[in-house]
Amino acid sequence: MNNKINIKNLNFYYGEKQALKNVNLIVREKEITALIGPSGCGKTTFLRCLNRMHDLYPGNRYEGEIILDGRNILEKGLDLIKLRSKVGMVFQKPTPFPMSIYENIAFGLKLLGFKKKKEITERVEKALKDSALWDEIKDRMGEHALSLSGGQQQRLCIARAVAVEPEVILMDEPCSALDPVATAKIEDLMTDLKKNYTVVIVTHNMQQAARVSEYTGFFMMGEVIEFDYTQKIFTAPSNKLTEDYITGRFG
Amino acid sequence: MNFFYLRRKFYNILALTVSLLSAGFGIFFLFWILKDVISFGLPALNGSFFTELPAPPGAEGGGVAHAILGTFFVTVVATAIGVPSGILAGTYLSEYGRKSKTASTVRFLSDILVSAPSIVIGVFVYAVLVKPFGGFSAIAGAVALSIIMLPVIVRTAEEVLKLVPDATREAALALGAPHWKVTVQVVYRGARRGITTGVLLAVARVSGETAPLLFTSFNNSFWNFKMTEPTATLTVTIFNYALGPYEDWHTKAWGAAFLITASVLVLTVLARLLVTRRSAG
Repeated sequence: MNNKINIKNLNFYYGEKQALKNVNLIVREKEITALIGPSGCGKTTFLRCLNRMHDLYPGNRYEGEIILDGRNILEKGLDLIKLRSKVGMVFQKPTPFPMSIYENIAFGLKLLGFKKKKEITERVEKALKDSALWDEIKDRMGEHALSLSGGQQQRLCIARAVAVEPEVILMDEPCSALDPVATAKIEDLMTDLKKNYTVVIVTHNMQQAARVSEYTGFFMMGEVIEFDYTQKIFTAPSNKLTEDYITGRFG
Repeated sequence: MNFFYLRRKFYNILALTVSLLSAGFGIFFLFWILKDVISFGLPALNGSFFTELPAPPGAEGGGVAHAILGTFFVTVVATAIGVPSGILAGTYLSEYGRKSKTASTVRFLSDILVSAPSIVIGVFVYAVLVKPFGGFSAIAGAVALSIIMLPVIVRTAEEVLKLVPDATREAALALGAPHWKVTVQVVYRGARRGITTGVLLAVARVSGETAPLLFTSFNNSFWNFKMTEPTATLTVTIFNYALGPYEDWHTKAWGAAFLITASVLVLTVLARLLVTRRSAG
């Protein structure tokens, strides 16, 4: 399996406060990599480095390298718009835009320069089918996105991310606001997604990490304590801290 | 035990009575004003009131059509100046400046501007636009009103734009959208109703202003279709007619007062409807 993203000695600072310490990690292509760890351990911070989301707020600073397809995305002058259309993101809470279901997905397509109505409609349909949402909402395309249930909204957000055909999809606890049924649907979806996309998911739910991911990284206090095959992490972790965490002794 | 219960009950009734009385006090005067405006204003309204120019002083009849038209023009131009600049300034505060020093200075200054007496703004526009250009003009009146509108719109726009969650902005940026597209296509969409409401309320607020117009658009007894000429407005007409010696002028002033009150009411109700529609959907 190819390396999609290679993170080398990544340090990250919120102003003076160091949030990530010397992170080294490899994300494999077309696999699901899960990031687990106690609250405040830096896993979300790390995820948001991968599409440079931290650049939105002043005072944030990166050190080190994040090599995506051979190019360091932390270098100065990088086109963030290009980076973000290559690395999509799904957030913890569903973030539908205040417009119709159709327009939500068309928004990203229009950004990519699609202009023909027919082409956009085809792609919207394909994205909704890929996100297992089509059958539920095919007659409701013109409705406001907020009229969907929470689980549907989250799948709409995934569809929106998928529609622009990124290479990597980052998911920040995508199921934490959802009930078990909706969660199961999204987990199925993730398994489908990995055929075409590289997925990095942050999760608080260790069973979820065990169920869906091939690789798992365990974060604590801004450091990667252990990174390995998911199976190995959950059955025979080599670090005592990892073992304590996954067996529920702390965190 | 029983004593404490009675005491609580007593204080509860006391608090309820006092707050009811205070509410009643406010509403009482509101209804008194409305009653007078309606009972004195309504009889003044007739066909010629809306279509004719004023009769010569002392003579009966005539209307205030020129002032209705003037108020309409001045308010529309004031809105055309005040609303776009106000919304854009609010956008700067909410989407770009945020916590920066410039933004907090702008916020502070606009709060001062809100509480600036409108007559001061009238005098200011007189000094800047009337005196140097040699005369009163409708455009000067519109500028004065737009300055009064501006801070109201700036702050409302900022507040309603801030109601759009940051997660929504992040989601749009994460799709690779440039900042301006996120603002125009996503954030404005989410704040559309709130902004419309704010604009309607600001228009309602300035449409009742008199003092700033006395120094700027002044008055006119004839039709005026030029923005550079003095223009009659309903509020200034009320001011002049109410102080005048003729009974017919007083009636006309009441009629104009009724017209303004009714249009402010319509704008406010419209704004209300928008707000309730938002919370429902």
